[in-house]
Amino acid sequence: MAIACLCSFVGCFLVMRRLALFGDGIAHVAFGGIAAGLFAGVYPLWTAFAVSILGSVVLQRLRSVAHIPGEVAVAITLVSGLSAGVILTSMSGGFTVDLFSFLFGSIILVSTEDMTIILAVSSGVALTLAALYRKLLFISFNEEMARMSGINTVALNYLFVALAAVTVVTSMRLTGILLITALIVLPTISAVRFNRSFRTTLMISAALSSSSVIVGIFLSYVLDWAPSGTIVMLLVTILVAVHLAYRVVSPARRLAAVRQPQ
Amino acid sequence: MTSIVQTENLTVEYGSVTAVDNVNIKINQGEILGIVGPNGAGKTALFRAILGLQPYRGRVTLFGQDHTMRKHLLPFIGYVPQKMAFEPTFPATVFEVVSMGIISKRTVRGAELIRRGEFRPVSLSRESSGDAERVAKSLEAVGMDHLADRRIGSLSGGEQQRAFIAQSLVRDPLLMILDEPVTSMDVESQAAFYSILRRANRDHGITVVVSLHDLEMLKEHSDRVACMNCQLCYHGDTETFFADEDCLRMYTEASMQAHLNTHHHDHEGGA
Repeated sequence: MAIACLCSFVGCFLVMRRLALFGDGIAHVAFGGIAAGLFAGVYPLWTAFAVSILGSVVLQRLRSVAHIPGEVAVAITLVSGLSAGVILTSMSGGFTVDLFSFLFGSIILVSTEDMTIILAVSSGVALTLAALYRKLLFISFNEEMARMSGINTVALNYLFVALAAVTVVTSMRLTGILLITALIVLPTISAVRFNRSFRTTLMISAALSSSSVIVGIFLSYVLDWAPSGTIVMLLVTILVAVHLAYRVVSPARRLAAVRQPQ
Repeated sequence: MTSIVQTENLTVEYGSVTAVDNVNIKINQGEILGIVGPNGAGKTALFRAILGLQPYRGRVTLFGQDHTMRKHLLPFIGYVPQKMAFEPTFPATVFEVVSMGIISKRTVRGAELIRRGEFRPVSLSRESSGDAERVAKSLEAVGMDHLADRRIGSLSGGEQQRAFIAQSLVRDPLLMILDEPVTSMDVESQAAFYSILRRANRDHGITVVVSLHDLEMLKEHSDRVACMNCQLCYHGDTETFFADEDCLRMYTEASMQAHLNTHHHDHEGGA
C-alpha cells in the first residue's frame, strides 16, 4: 500500500518530466547493487540503495551536463548496472533463489526486517516530497521559469532523482525489477485522463495503484497466479478501461460545453 | 534615480550570428517601455541576457547591482516568454499554474538590495494574505477567475498567456518583462491585455517592458520606446519616436526586409 502510493506520487512527476522509463533504468542498476550485496555478504537492500542513488545521480549528470536525452541516459545507466550485476552474479556462482525474487518480486517472502525498512523509507520519501511539492511541480512544469524564480533547480533535480531511486528500490520487493515501471507509469497515465488538478491526479493515481495492489494480491492468492503479474495486469486493465470511458464521456462533455451559454 | 535595468555594450551571439549587438538600454522605474523590432532583431535574446538565461558579453545592472546579485533579484521580476514551453497534457489547473509563481522565495539580501536602491516594493494583494487569496487576486487582475479550475492545456493561446501573466503577477514583481504577449491573442483579448498592463503599471507601480509589433498600440500605451534591429536604433520618448520619420522608416524597412527573409529562407530567427 505504502509502496503503491509512493510509486504513483513519484510517477506523476517522472512521467510529466518525460522520464517514464527512469524506474526501469534504476531498477536494473539496483540489480547490480543487489548482486554486489549478495556477493559481499551484506544485506542486499543497503547496497541496492547506495548503488541506485549513485546511478540516478549519474543519470541526471548525463542529462544536465552532457546534454544526453533522457531515454538515452536511462539506457546507458540501465545496461551499465545490469552488466555489472551479471558479472558479479557469475563470479558468485550463478543465480540464486534470492536474486530471482528480486527480478520478479516476492511479496510473500517480505521479512519483518524488509517491512520495517520499507515503511520507514516510504514515509521519509513521502514527507520530503510533500515539503517540496510546489517546487517540484514548478520544475516539472517548466524548469527554466522555475530557475528564474529563485529555485535551485540543480540541487532539486539531484534530490528528486535520488528520492525516485530510493522509491524504486523499496518497491522492487513488490513487483520485481522487470515490472517496476508499471507501478510508476500506469496509474499516472490513467489518473491524468480524469482531467482534474495535479493534486487530485496524484490522489487518483495513488488510489488506483493501491487498490490494484490489494485486489491483485487477493486475486493472485485465490487464482494461484504470480502476484506481481496479477497486479500489473490489473493496472493495465484499469488504463484501458479509463481510456475507453474517456472516449465515451469526453464528446458528451464537449457537447455540453458548447450548449452552455458563455 | 537608479534605473531598474541598465545594459552596457550588451552583445549576444548564437555561434557566428550576432543577435544583440552592443546594446545600451535603460529601464526606468514606473515606466512602460515598448520594444519594437522585426523578427530576429534580438528582442528575446536581449530579455534572456538581462535575466541571465543566455550567455552574453557586456554588463547588465539589475536594480543598481551587478550580475553577481542576480539570483537575489530575479524573484522581483516577472517574465512571460513568448511561448511558454510545457507538456500540453500536464495535469495542472490554471489555479495551480499561477500558484507555482508564489514559491519564489525572496532572500533577505534581495530585499535589502531593493531597499538600498530605493525601489518601491509592490503589493498587489495589499497586505500579506494567504496563498489562495493571492492567487485569486492575480487571476482576478487578468480576468481569469472563472477559468481557475480548467486544465492549462485546454485553454486558448491568449488565455494561457493571461494565466502566465497572473503567474508572474502573483509574486508582486517590481518589473514585468513580456515577450510579444499579444501574438496569439484575438483583438478582444488584446484590448483586455492592454488594460491589465495599464492597471498593473498605474495602480501597482509595476515597471513594464513589453515587445510589440503593433505600432498603434505602442503609441497608445508606452511611455518610452526602444527600437532595435540587433543594434539599438532608437531609445527615448514615444512621441519623439513617432515624430522621427527617419527612425520610423528604418523600422518599416527593416521589418519588410526581415519579412522577406523569413519567407525566402523559411528561417525563424531568435526574435
